[in-house]
Amino acid sequence: MKPVIRVENVSYTYDGGGPGEVDALLDVSLEVAGGELVAVIGHNGSGKSTLAKHMNAIFVPTRGDVYVLGMNTRDESRLWDIRQTVGMVFQNPDNQIVATTVEEDVAFGPENLGVPPTEIRRRVDEALSIVDMTGHEKSAPHMLSGGQKQRVAIAGVIAMRPRCIVLDEPTAMLDPVGRSEVLATVRRLATDEGIAVVHITHFMNEAVLADRVVVMEGGRIALEGTPREVFSQPATLRRLDLDVPQVTELAYELRAAGAPLPRCPLTVAELVDDIAALVGKGARQS
Amino acid sequence: MNLSSVAIGQYMPGESLVHRLDPRTKIMLSLVVVVALFIVKSAWAYAALGALIIGTVMASRVPLKMVLRGLRPLLFVMVLTFGLHLFMDPGEPIFRIGKIVATDKGLAQGLITVARLSLLIMATSTVTLTTSPIAFTDGLESLLKPLSFVGVPAHELAMMMTIALRFIPTLLEETDKIMKAQMARGADFETGNIAKRARAMIPILVPLFVSAFRRADELAMAMEARCYRGGQGRTRLRQLRLGTLDMAALALVIAYAVTVVAVL
Repeated sequence: MKPVIRVENVSYTYDGGGPGEVDALLDVSLEVAGGELVAVIGHNGSGKSTLAKHMNAIFVPTRGDVYVLGMNTRDESRLWDIRQTVGMVFQNPDNQIVATTVEEDVAFGPENLGVPPTEIRRRVDEALSIVDMTGHEKSAPHMLSGGQKQRVAIAGVIAMRPRCIVLDEPTAMLDPVGRSEVLATVRRLATDEGIAVVHITHFMNEAVLADRVVVMEGGRIALEGTPREVFSQPATLRRLDLDVPQVTELAYELRAAGAPLPRCPLTVAELVDDIAALVGKGARQS
Repeated sequence: MNLSSVAIGQYMPGESLVHRLDPRTKIMLSLVVVVALFIVKSAWAYAALGALIIGTVMASRVPLKMVLRGLRPLLFVMVLTFGLHLFMDPGEPIFRIGKIVATDKGLAQGLITVARLSLLIMATSTVTLTTSPIAFTDGLESLLKPLSFVGVPAHELAMMMTIALRFIPTLLEETDKIMKAQMARGADFETGNIAKRARAMIPILVPLFVSAFRRADELAMAMEARCYRGGQGRTRLRQLRLGTLDMAALALVIAYAVTVVAVL
């Protein structure tokens, strides 16, 4: 499939030539296709947020190029086309909701695009149903929970009909309930809506849901692959000072202790199945 | 102190005819009444305009008490102006306290001024009590739009009002949080004289301002990411529409006000 976003050998330097010069990105290349959920993980300062801000032309690369459906983000005449194609959800839901009611806020993007009112109505209803917030149209944002607010922010982006959505640590300020609500929504965006989704996070267990995991370190891509490929390298991850999901960790300990587990499990259910199979086999043999 | 209980605006939701009027109609009509209040001089005219306002309040089913509550902050000003008129205006003396003389013309003028002020506030309160802040903002933007050719930033004003309305609860919540954090570390906001208490507010205001600026920065980025580029070419989800009800209200109230001004 043709990629929606193509990041080609991008480097980015903050405050170039100044006293605070920092290389935030070094020769990063990445492609994201429609319907694909890519998780970008890494520590603070690994460059993951800087990478995210390159995808809708908030930042323009110091070297290299970013293409959104073939449009170069350097091309200022295409700026609004790019921003319409790539939606962005930020960390703090409070600071990205503009309007005083949920439906007005979801309508904000389409209003900016000059969409006719009846079409805006349709898009708002559709976007709210995708994020499972139907029935809250008239609610005031400050009365909602963190998870609900973040889902409203996601709906606000969906209503612009983007081909790609970049979420910059959308769960960082949420409680566990809100976090799982948002994660389920993010997964659905890729699977059901066919949107290219880039999920920036520093929670390892959130990356498990992705189709592909990109591990950033010091402005470079340190590791890339399916969640299973990435998490089956615990030594590398530990060297990068990143954790593997708890259940994966447990499987490694078990394997080190001699249990012949067949794969690197990513979820509790997978490990339970594997152990059940092992125990069943052992029981039959004896 | 619980800051989250602070009411924003004073909108009383309802389904009455007055509530259902287009916000532009209500704003225009309150302006008409305010202008009329400044033109008329006779007590009968004030009574007629007062009847119109009270009639509107009745029709809106908002308790009259809520409308009168709006007068409270101006009570002092009203008493002061009444007193000034009563004792300072020249005219036939009615009674005297020591060397100060109350006059008949002063009494009349004082009453008129008080009536004018009270009715003014009641007319505008009726609008804000029956119009949601969002509808009010939309109405104001729409009414000011023709003036944008002479440089009135209609859209920008409306956007500022919307953002202010959106962030007042958020910032109140934050103030509450900061105060609790400072109190947990022994800050005292409740004792001491005014100067001392004002000084105690500094450790609240500084973090509040820092955070408000950070929020503004992030909000601006989020708005641009959603293709916001000013009012040009923008459409709206909700469309304001002047219906027969609005036409009827405009015609009736304007006719009434003109008659009052002309006859009384």
